[in-house]
Amino acid sequence: MQLTNRRKVVAKKEMTLAEKLYLPAITNGMVITLKHLFKKSATVKYPEVKRVHAEIYRGQHVLKRDDNGAERCTACGLCAVACPAEAITMEAAERKKGEEHLYREEKYAAVYEINMLRCIFCGLCEEACPKEAIFLTDRIVSVDVTREDMVYGKDILVESMENRIDVSKRQTKEVLEFKKDKWHFHNQTWEDIKNALPEKKHH
Amino acid sequence: MEIFIVYKIILVLVVFAISLGVAAYSTYAERKVAAFMQDRVGPDRAGPFGLLQPLADGLKMFMKEEIIPSVSNKYLFILGPSLAMLTALMTGVVIPWGGDITIGNTTFPLQITDINIGILYIFGVVSFGVYGIMIGGWASNNKYSLLGALRASSQMISYEIAMGLAIVALVMTTGTLSLKEIVAQQGGTWVNFVYQPLGCLIFIICAFAETNRAPFDLPECETELVGGYHTEYSSMKLGFYLFAEYINMFISSAVIMTLYFGGYNLPFQDFLAQHLNGNVLSLFQFLFFFGKVLFGIFFFMWIRWTIPRFRYDQLMNLGWKILIPLAIFNILATGVMMFALGKV
Repeated sequence: MQLTNRRKVVAKKEMTLAEKLYLPAITNGMVITLKHLFKKSATVKYPEVKRVHAEIYRGQHVLKRDDNGAERCTACGLCAVACPAEAITMEAAERKKGEEHLYREEKYAAVYEINMLRCIFCGLCEEACPKEAIFLTDRIVSVDVTREDMVYGKDILVESMENRIDVSKRQTKEVLEFKKDKWHFHNQTWEDIKNALPEKKHH
Repeated sequence: MEIFIVYKIILVLVVFAISLGVAAYSTYAERKVAAFMQDRVGPDRAGPFGLLQPLADGLKMFMKEEIIPSVSNKYLFILGPSLAMLTALMTGVVIPWGGDITIGNTTFPLQITDINIGILYIFGVVSFGVYGIMIGGWASNNKYSLLGALRASSQMISYEIAMGLAIVALVMTTGTLSLKEIVAQQGGTWVNFVYQPLGCLIFIICAFAETNRAPFDLPECETELVGGYHTEYSSMKLGFYLFAEYINMFISSAVIMTLYFGGYNLPFQDFLAQHLNGNVLSLFQFLFFFGKVLFGIFFFMWIRWTIPRFRYDQLMNLGWKILIPLAIFNILATGVMMFALGKV
């Protein structure tokens, strides 16, 4: 079976005179390199020119706030469980009275850290999140000089109200369908679970 | 007479400065050519198009810590790169860079000295250049350096023979050893390449080997010998070695152009000479020659980024079993042709 037309029968044979001279081969090679001299380079001069990313590019994470400015994250830990690289850690805390404008739910993440050196930007945290709190964005994670600085805390991850980050492009039709799919445990409400349980039989 | 000495000193300084300048910008050109041939951009951060890159590199070389290995022979260790640089710069003096310049009644030739054994002088100095590498590699007291130095010296000695034999055939046709004379003879219709194509090819191949350039860069092949003879070198001593290589490239290119491709002669020179001032003509000749030399340097780079490196046994085979017999054949053929054409 021939898969490509690039197949070449290789045999150890005596070189012909032209091959032994090397010069024709060298000339051919030089023609090739000369052609490349005038080709457009593939380089993107990064800081000045940025490559166009797909709208659903998976870059640096953002922790979203709701429209009132309260953090959506409830520190359920599903993202940390879903994370295959074990990059996410968090510490939960209980919301106190008077903090309703800061945190949407009664429980919130006091500490939320993503180790960007471990993260593989797979987006499973985003998929797992039941509160629409964490999203990946098209921002590129910049380099740093220490390992400690590459662990991003809430100061970097949580969006500010002045400079909200648009993640609506990520909410494609497929994503919304997926979020509705009751087959996934985290999309199920307590009611769904109760309904799915086998009915108790009365003796 | 005093004005002549002053003129010579100025000319020496100018040639020195040009050699260094060309060598500095060759490093930049090399990186650019390599980049373009590999569809990249190359250095473009320092200044417009990265033109200040050689300055940045030079400054870096000066600022680097200078390390002299404790087990090395200190004097020889310093002598190595100095010799390499010295011999690289010495060859430039016999090359005719252009025609004469006349101011008042005095004629100033654009050649530092026209010794009547110019070619032999070049050979002498070039073969002296191997000492720089050999001494540097030996004094480092490092097995990689020593292997690189051994390779370098055996390679340079092997290819010098073929190079010399190629030149013998050229000397037979030109009948002179003076470079100025050789250039003057090529002022007519044909350049020496037409009479000596095989000799020219052999000479160019040997020039590549003499300057330790790819595909003959075995003495410093990074993949096998760390850095070759300059493994232990740092700071400007390393810079001298690298610089010497580029100066050698510049001078070899100039020698190839002088011997085989008409030197500074312009096309339709006789016609131009009737209509142009002598000094202007000399200037044009210099620019034309300089352009040719720069193309020669580009050719060196072009080859480097096209052909992979030879294996050591292939290198020796090519030198001893192919180039030397070919060069001898070339001498014989030249002799027969000259006899047949009645030029002897």
